[in-house]
Amino acid sequence: MAITLNLPSVLAAHTGGARTIEATGRTLGEAVADVAARYPALAPRLRDKEGKPYPFVNFYLNDEDVRFRGGFAAPVQDGDEVTVIPAIAGG
Amino acid sequence: MPATIASPPLTARPLRCRSCGTERAAAPTAICQECLGPLEPVYEPGRPLPDRETIAGRAPSLWRYKEWLPFDGDPVWSLDTGFTPLVDAPALARRFGVARVWVKNDTVSHPSLSFKDRVVAAAINAAAAFGLDTIGCASTGNLANAVAAHAARAGLKAWIFIPDELEAGKVIGTSVYGARLVRVRGTYDDVNRLCAQVADRFGWGFANVNLRSYYGEGSKTVAYEIAEQLGWRLPTAVVAPMAGGSLLSKLRKGFGEFLEAKLVHGRPPRLYGAQAAGCAPIVRLVERGADAIAPEVPQTICRSLAIGNPADGVFAARAMRETGGWAAAVSDSELVEGIRFLAQDTGVFAETAGGVTAAGALALARAGRFDAQDEVVLCITGHGLKTVEAVHGAVPEAPVIAPRLREVTTLVEEERTWPSR
Repeated sequence: MAITLNLPSVLAAHTGGARTIEATGRTLGEAVADVAARYPALAPRLRDKEGKPYPFVNFYLNDEDVRFRGGFAAPVQDGDEVTVIPAIAGG
Repeated sequence: MPATIASPPLTARPLRCRSCGTERAAAPTAICQECLGPLEPVYEPGRPLPDRETIAGRAPSLWRYKEWLPFDGDPVWSLDTGFTPLVDAPALARRFGVARVWVKNDTVSHPSLSFKDRVVAAAINAAAAFGLDTIGCASTGNLANAVAAHAARAGLKAWIFIPDELEAGKVIGTSVYGARLVRVRGTYDDVNRLCAQVADRFGWGFANVNLRSYYGEGSKTVAYEIAEQLGWRLPTAVVAPMAGGSLLSKLRKGFGEFLEAKLVHGRPPRLYGAQAAGCAPIVRLVERGADAIAPEVPQTICRSLAIGNPADGVFAARAMRETGGWAAAVSDSELVEGIRFLAQDTGVFAETAGGVTAAGALALARAGRFDAQDEVVLCITGHGLKTVEAVHGAVPEAPVIAPRLREVTTLVEEERTWPSR
């Protein structure tokens, strides 16, 4: 399944400037693992050593917080958009 | 050429990641490039600090504590924000069964009647330091009011994003200043996510997104003011509302900095946080003893605290646990009752977040979290006229009469026969 991963500009330094990356996988975790394998410098910034998401880094699947969809276990489909956004404070 | 006397130009302090420790030059960014952790300003460790008398001799604004705010040189905007009253509240002390209670009354904060004036005073000076001409925010209302007001005074453009279902006072209290106000279909968390993307795309200064490292430091001034207004000493407990959770960790930092500077002595206050039960992810984090937030979809009339995914929730929980405090969630009807008893006990009319704080303090008192010797400060953070909808049906309806003495006499007689109303 091919999905699109949108990165914040703060992470583009680790992808040679690319802000949008294609990824494959049946779940979000698999798609992130796919990206991590292809962009080693990006890998530790998307997930920890055990492959789990960081508390500071939020993933949105088609604009919905993936923690409401099972986190990295959330199934993904062709054409889905995943957006990575560092956690931000309130007001 | 004759020598000129000028104050040094305003610059922002460098930043350090709270998570991995990486340092970077001052910039309108709040995110660590290495680990995506939150950046915080770094202060010069050996810088000269003022003593009590020097601080007391300065103008009554939050800038009297400028050595603990993240700039070098003098601030250029919002010089009159801060130093709100600390109100003695003996009736609340009796209600809670403690020695003393004070209300830190940010309902009269200048210019926009909420504690968000403090953080925006910091954010707008960061915008000045970086030469930004547009400032923005994602807001549940109070921050929107503050950014719009401060931007108007500074002559900056403002782009402000709020959830579409906010109280009329919060909406009109933003657009009246000429800000570009955008209502987003969704919750605050949707708005916040969108603003992270907007700030990333357009390069504006978003107070609580890319200027957050500077913005957040403004919250510490609540702690400094409490300490100074108590006569340079600390209360034993502080109760504050929680939305994103930042205020709790900044209170802790502020009290800690004054202890370190030896401006006050003794034990840091126990910190308590309050949320509405319909959106209480930080309270539940404290109660579970866990180390990660479980986000919630907010369902409460307390829109100013309706953040289901609080970015500083983990730090707030840590601040409460490590100071010996705790957290409380209250229902919507309890928070409305909190607004009423706070008004009737102290003369302070608070918005829904103040009702949560007052009712939360009462819940903590009933749960035995305070003792009879406690000296408690309630942080009341926004004015009640901003959220009149919340109390509209909960206060007695006023009788309408003809301008005749007889009709008043009738009302007075009714009152005598039903004195407890």
